[in-house]
Amino acid sequence: MSAPTLTPTRPEPSAPGAALTQRRSRPGEVAFRLAMQSCLVIAFGVLASLLAWVLIKGWNRLDSRLWTEMPTGLTSRLDGAGVQSALVGTLWIISLVAVICLPIGILSAIYLEEYADNTRWYNRLLELNIQNLAGVPSIIFGILGLGIIARALGLGFTVITAAIVLSLLVLPVVIIATREAIRAVPQSIRQASYALGATKWQTVSRQVLPSAVPGIATGSILALSRAIGEAAPLIVLGAVTFITFNPDGLDSAYTALPIQIYTFITRPQAEFAELAAGAIVLLLAIVLVMNSIAIFVRNRFEKRW
Amino acid sequence: MHPDREAYLVNRNVLSRRVLAGVAVAALALAGCSDNAENTDAAGGETKLSGEVKVDGSSTVAPLSEAAASIYKEEGGQAGVNVSVGTSGTGGGFEKFCKGETDISNASRPIKDAEKAACEAAGIKFKELIVANDALTVVVSKDNTWADCLTVDQLKKIWEPNSKVNNWNQVDPKFPSEPLKLFGAGTDSGTFDYFTAEINGEEGASRTDYTASENDNVTVQGVSGTKGGLGYFGFTYFEENAAKLKALKVDGGAGCVEPSLKTAQDNTYKPLSRPLFIYVSDAGAKKPQVENFVSFYIESIDDIVKEAKFVPLTEQQKGTLKSEFDALKAAV
Repeated sequence: MSAPTLTPTRPEPSAPGAALTQRRSRPGEVAFRLAMQSCLVIAFGVLASLLAWVLIKGWNRLDSRLWTEMPTGLTSRLDGAGVQSALVGTLWIISLVAVICLPIGILSAIYLEEYADNTRWYNRLLELNIQNLAGVPSIIFGILGLGIIARALGLGFTVITAAIVLSLLVLPVVIIATREAIRAVPQSIRQASYALGATKWQTVSRQVLPSAVPGIATGSILALSRAIGEAAPLIVLGAVTFITFNPDGLDSAYTALPIQIYTFITRPQAEFAELAAGAIVLLLAIVLVMNSIAIFVRNRFEKRW
Repeated sequence: MHPDREAYLVNRNVLSRRVLAGVAVAALALAGCSDNAENTDAAGGETKLSGEVKVDGSSTVAPLSEAAASIYKEEGGQAGVNVSVGTSGTGGGFEKFCKGETDISNASRPIKDAEKAACEAAGIKFKELIVANDALTVVVSKDNTWADCLTVDQLKKIWEPNSKVNNWNQVDPKFPSEPLKLFGAGTDSGTFDYFTAEINGEEGASRTDYTASENDNVTVQGVSGTKGGLGYFGFTYFEENAAKLKALKVDGGAGCVEPSLKTAQDNTYKPLSRPLFIYVSDAGAKKPQVENFVSFYIESIDDIVKEAKFVPLTEQQKGTLKSEFDALKAAV
């Protein structure tokens, strides 16, 4: 048969190119494309309307009062209230999570990727468990922290308890991200290093790790962004809901932004709802800044082989 | 060899610089915080106290203790004392209180025998203080034109366990046919315990097919947006949302009484007017900063109640409060 007589129902097209052009016009193709696009619109539409709602609701409170003022219990003074103690509490917790979780996570990943013998059953068991831990709901970590860290170890309802539990929560994320980053360093780099007489440690510390830093940094910052928004474990871990002083040590009482937002929303006065919206924008801004840093680090230091 | 060495140095420097930058950011954040936490003692004649006062418990009573903490901070003259208020619910609060983890427990119902036993087992002695009144308010939508007053029996018919009432005309044949949609307190709250005890005759006994929430604003939203909606919560939530909701009168056997400051105070709004409590542990009261905070709380109770928009105590209740606290002080 010849090309001009091609029809869509033709069972065996003679030229593959012709078949491709035909498929493009099939209704199924169009429908699938539309379905994908509408999914995108729905996802972004929901996100945009949420953002718009929070911005409108909290517009009056989006100024320095948010971080220069403390919360108040005085309904006549709500206009001058802010969320300083929650903001500082969140910064304390997240800094401590970084200090606790990143060294442990990154070193574990280096061990698993560079040193561990994958044919050993215990290493495979370890890996399996890390993957599973990444999927455990955060409230479970909270209950574990309440029973073991707050009560059995006697650390109480303090900043350090919260930091340790959130560290455990995001540890699997850090380990997995770091392993991916290390795995992305080509084997040839390691072999070249060995060929030049470098030891294993020299190879890891001077070749593999520096090359993997962008990936590690990105994964770590994203893990910290997850920790910053967690409220569920902190509720169990005795984050208080009203506090007019900033944490002054590891053993201090504390609250965090997600907790403060949740509490404000449950209050009857409309001013609290406004303040909550303002605090939501503040929390979003922090997460946005952290994620931007992650993207910047990745783009700036990424290596291609 | 030299280029290699150079590359290594550059790599190492970049790495260490990044690490240093990270540490510096963390250190700065921490340093910034501790600056803020420094005590700036206000002028005052009395000895300066310091330390923490830990309050936890009912979310209904929390606004009152928060107002107390705010006024105390401004006028108490003890800038070194840090008061924190948690909202674990009345039950959750007693759990911590009886483990000795808090000094003061907010409660929207009296302590239960089981909780008392837990406290005794842990050697925690305490004093119960009534600090405000409340009227558990039964609310319906503004669009509800038919119902104005419900008897306790009618409320029981609606809320008792396994109740099959799902239309207003089942509550009273005179009411129109309108689906009944129920909103109520979460089972951890003292409000739930109190309501079920007074209405259904047994604490914790309630039908379960309703929208339960620890967040009373969910009830406000739900009832105001549903023509046949019905819910209950503390009087403050009704006052703040009086434009959106209608409060039902309740007939506890002596005629229909509407919830108000007055009827809650003189206890004529039966059976849903209730006292609100704080519990102070003896161990807590031994700490000078806790004792100082509680005496401030009691002396300024009128201002605190006004700021938190609660139902104030009667003169008689205030007298009891003072003498109870004096007894506590004498005991420790």
